[in-house]
Amino acid sequence: MNKTSTDILIVGAGPAGLAAAAAAANSGGTVTLIDENPRAGGQIWRAELGKIRSPAASKFLRALTQGRVDLINSATVFAFSGDNTLTAQTPGGSISISCGKMILAAGARERFLPFPGWTLPGVFGAGGLQALVKGGLSIENKRIVVAGSGPLLLAVADYLKTHGATVLVIAEQASAAKIRRFARGLWRQPEKMVQAAALRARLIGIPYKPDTWITRCRGPRVSKRLARELEVTIKSRGSSRVIECDYVACGFHLVPNLELPMLLGCQIRDGSVSVGDHQQTSVRDVYCAGELTGIAGIESSLIEGEIAGLAASGQTEKAKTLIKKRDAATGFGRALDHTFALRPELKHLVEDDTLICRCEDVSYAQVKDFATFREAKLQTRCGMGPCQGRVCGPAVEYLLGWEPASVRPPIFPVKMKYL
Amino acid sequence: MASNKKTFDAAIVGAGIVGAACAVALAREGLKVLILDSSSAASGTTAAGMGHIVAMDDSPAQLALTHYSQKLWRRLAPELPASCEYENCGTIWVAANADEMSEVHRKKAVYDENGITAHVLDAQALLDAEPNLAKHLSGGLLVDSDAVVYQLAATRYLLLKAVKQGAEYRQFNSVASLSDDGVGLPSGERISAGTTINAAGAHAGDLSPSLEIRPRKGHLVITDRYPGFVRHQLVELGYLKSAHGSDASSVAFNVQPRKTGQILLGSSRQFNSNDDAVDNAILNRMAARGFEYMPALKEMSAVRVWTGFRPATPDNLPYIGKVTGFKNIYAAAGHEGLGITMSLGTAELLADEIMGRESPIPRQPYSPGRSAASS
Amino acid sequence: MHKIKVNGREVRVGEGTTLAAAILASGDPFRTSVRGEARAPLCGIGICFECRVTVNGQPHVRSCTVLAEDGMEIVTGE
Ligand SMILES: Cc1cc2nc3c(=O)[nH]c(=O)nc-3n(C[C@H](O)[C@H](O)[C@H](O)COP(=O)(O)OP(=O)(O)OC[C@H]3O[C@@H](n4cnc5c(N)ncnc54)[C@H](O)[C@@H]3O)c2cc1C
Ligand SMILES: Cc1cc2nc3c(=O)[nH]c(=O)nc-3n(C[C@H](O)[C@H](O)[C@H](O)COP(=O)(O)OP(=O)(O)OC[C@H]3O[C@@H](n4cnc5c(N)ncnc54)[C@H](O)[C@@H]3O)c2cc1C
Ligand code: FES
Repeated sequence: MNKTSTDILIVGAGPAGLAAAAAAANSGGTVTLIDENPRAGGQIWRAELGKIRSPAASKFLRALTQGRVDLINSATVFAFSGDNTLTAQTPGGSISISCGKMILAAGARERFLPFPGWTLPGVFGAGGLQALVKGGLSIENKRIVVAGSGPLLLAVADYLKTHGATVLVIAEQASAAKIRRFARGLWRQPEKMVQAAALRARLIGIPYKPDTWITRCRGPRVSKRLARELEVTIKSRGSSRVIECDYVACGFHLVPNLELPMLLGCQIRDGSVSVGDHQQTSVRDVYCAGELTGIAGIESSLIEGEIAGLAASGQTEKAKTLIKKRDAATGFGRALDHTFALRPELKHLVEDDTLICRCEDVSYAQVKDFATFREAKLQTRCGMGPCQGRVCGPAVEYLLGWEPASVRPPIFPVKMKYL
Repeated sequence: MASNKKTFDAAIVGAGIVGAACAVALAREGLKVLILDSSSAASGTTAAGMGHIVAMDDSPAQLALTHYSQKLWRRLAPELPASCEYENCGTIWVAANADEMSEVHRKKAVYDENGITAHVLDAQALLDAEPNLAKHLSGGLLVDSDAVVYQLAATRYLLLKAVKQGAEYRQFNSVASLSDDGVGLPSGERISAGTTINAAGAHAGDLSPSLEIRPRKGHLVITDRYPGFVRHQLVELGYLKSAHGSDASSVAFNVQPRKTGQILLGSSRQFNSNDDAVDNAILNRMAARGFEYMPALKEMSAVRVWTGFRPATPDNLPYIGKVTGFKNIYAAAGHEGLGITMSLGTAELLADEIMGRESPIPRQPYSPGRSAASS
Repeated sequence: MHKIKVNGREVRVGEGTTLAAAILASGDPFRTSVRGEARAPLCGIGICFECRVTVNGQPHVRSCTVLAEDGMEIVTGE
């Protein structure tokens, strides 16, 4: 095992981690940024064919290119030991990095809700399909249904369209009234408004349907090849219709990747990490920024990252000046939570034979009568596969009201020799 | 025996695999049984175990009970649902050198004497049986009758079977005290029962202080699916040394093929730790031991690591029978690393004692009174 | 350009292409689930493990997290 140490260790090279790195880079101490992807950028700035194309990112990437921050790519953090040391698996071996201060910026993932047909090839996450296109998948002339919930659906539909796909519909489960209120609120946030308006303009031609959700998906039954044609049923105010398409891009807003903060013992409240004015968590020398502290989008990730980077590197005075701006940005997060909260009807999408756990192929009927997630896990292996409950966990928390399961190392599957 | 005025004939504290097996046996006798667990079924040590049903010969009494229990498992197997993943895969005790080969022959003689079929494997036969073992090993002993079960599903099955036979199961119901006429709950409420069975596993001593049970921590790792990579349960011959009563922490090579194609790697033993966190130092030792015997494990994807506490007794034998100083309190606890195997035998011995019958094997070696008598 | 093999067939992909994108383009299934269903990527970002394939003999690699490189041999459907 390779061992190194650094003054400030940042996990996650998305906007929050990059902003933290840029802010800390001037402090004189050593700054190390570690990320599981082959390139920096996180989700929104995910590299497209190996390059980050967003102009907004360049400012933050400078600290990297100028060599003031050490970037370790393709490294998945899976364990923590008491002396402020994280261990990661890389293609070349495992590394263990000890640090003075730690900034967690592990971001979020999409929430997936099971519905009949959600395991068919060709049914992707919304951000999931976007990420695959960024990774080189061609969607030229593909007919795509975008569904689920959250502002990400708009960004994804726009992205898919500009890459040659025909987006047939955006099915948003949130109510029209909530969306209207939310959109009006955006006026208070000039940057967001510009973003939203630009999007809306470009989206002309794509029907955006609130109060609408997917209820099932059918594909060609006997086929060894990937499904090319899917039949999607969407429901809108009591009426259903069937749409034929090539791909489905469906995600129900986002959930923070809490595994790492939980492993470290950070206090979690209402599904996100609790932080103080300077992004400090309940654990000494551990800071948290970005989607981990609540889903609030890129502006919030950037400002939280900057505050965390400043505070962790001792520039607390400078950090203080940003608190007000940060609080405004996190307010946006609360509006998101409220607007895109899941409607109760979505609890009834699952049927008894719908799979809940895709890793272990566990059906809804197998788990629904258990009182706790732990019991269901132990008895049915639901959530015990390699994704470790990252997909089914948020789903059963919503469907069955279970508490999240506890976290143990390794937080990602890892080669036995690196344990 | 049960008096008619009691609410239950038998109250079993603990719905681990031992308590569940006892519930089936006692309900079958026509007793009105109550099972209580402070948590949910099979969530204690049973959740952490490996599910190896093994005839183990650390002592004659250990062999008698494991062998007897193994037969009961084989009898039960046809009725177990698929979720129990019962598989009669056999065990290979692996010999690393010539010294251990002589141990193979000694062990074979013991098994022969007891009617357990075992075959000596030379180095080549060992590799033929398990191509992924290291090439430098000397051979082994293949024991046909050993099996593997997914003990969590089996516990649930037993519990539901007991309920079908009329037992009552109450989960999330802690017991605070035991007495000759029933159990006391934390609220002060009492539930009367003709007999009370302490099957609280590693916590049995909290309720019956005369039972000397210490938690002995173990680690296990489970991998992603690699069907066919391992075919038998593989245990190094040095395992018994590790399983023995010594206070030092120890590791031994112990690998299990799950029906799912997953591989379970053990094992470690540590006293004096009540913290269920993964201990990296011992985990690394355990993994390193595994790699010595099976180098290809190194590259395998480990999905989860967990720990559990074996209920260990000073002489490595469980407590089964009447607790010293009481008329109606019985113990079925302290099975260390063999509780899954021994659960069925334990239940039969206990039922025999309560019903006043002879048992197929002598019960005295497991009597809770033995430590007092022997010291 | 990188040349990789997916189930023995050559696939050419541009710089920066992930294995998942390359396999999707090839049309082959990804992994076979526990009860025998063909699965394909869901999350695209290393979370769901549905895109697992064997890369140069190493099973259970998340193809969405690895960039294609010349000479890689991919086996899917396991
Ligand atoms: C699939 C997806 C697509 C999205 N697309 C958009 C979009 O187009 N537009 C938009 O406005 N918002 C998008 N979002 C929302 C996104 O969460 C935010 O825009 C923004 O990227 C959040 O920044 P962050 O720095 O907090 O987290 P992220 O950008 O998510 O960065 C976190 C980084 O941490 C890494 N990481 C996590 N755990 C570990 C670990 N254990 N070891 C090593 N590295 C780790 C991740 O791989 C990731 O690179 C998307 C979200 C998702 C999930
Ligand atoms: C790592 C490891 C590997 C193992 N591998 C094997 C193996 O391969 N083969 C094998 O045969 N054995 C194995 N074992 C041993 C086996 O798991 C145990 O011996 C067995 O599970 C003990 O079962 P039990 O029912 O006595 O205890 P438990 O499963 O612990 O059950 C006791 C129950 O009592 C409940 N309880 C405790 N106190 C109270 C109270 N006051 N009120 C109400 N309820 C209470 C608990 O909640 C618990 O559910 C292994 C153990 C470990 C740790
Ligand atoms: S697509 Fe989900 S892990 Fe690769």
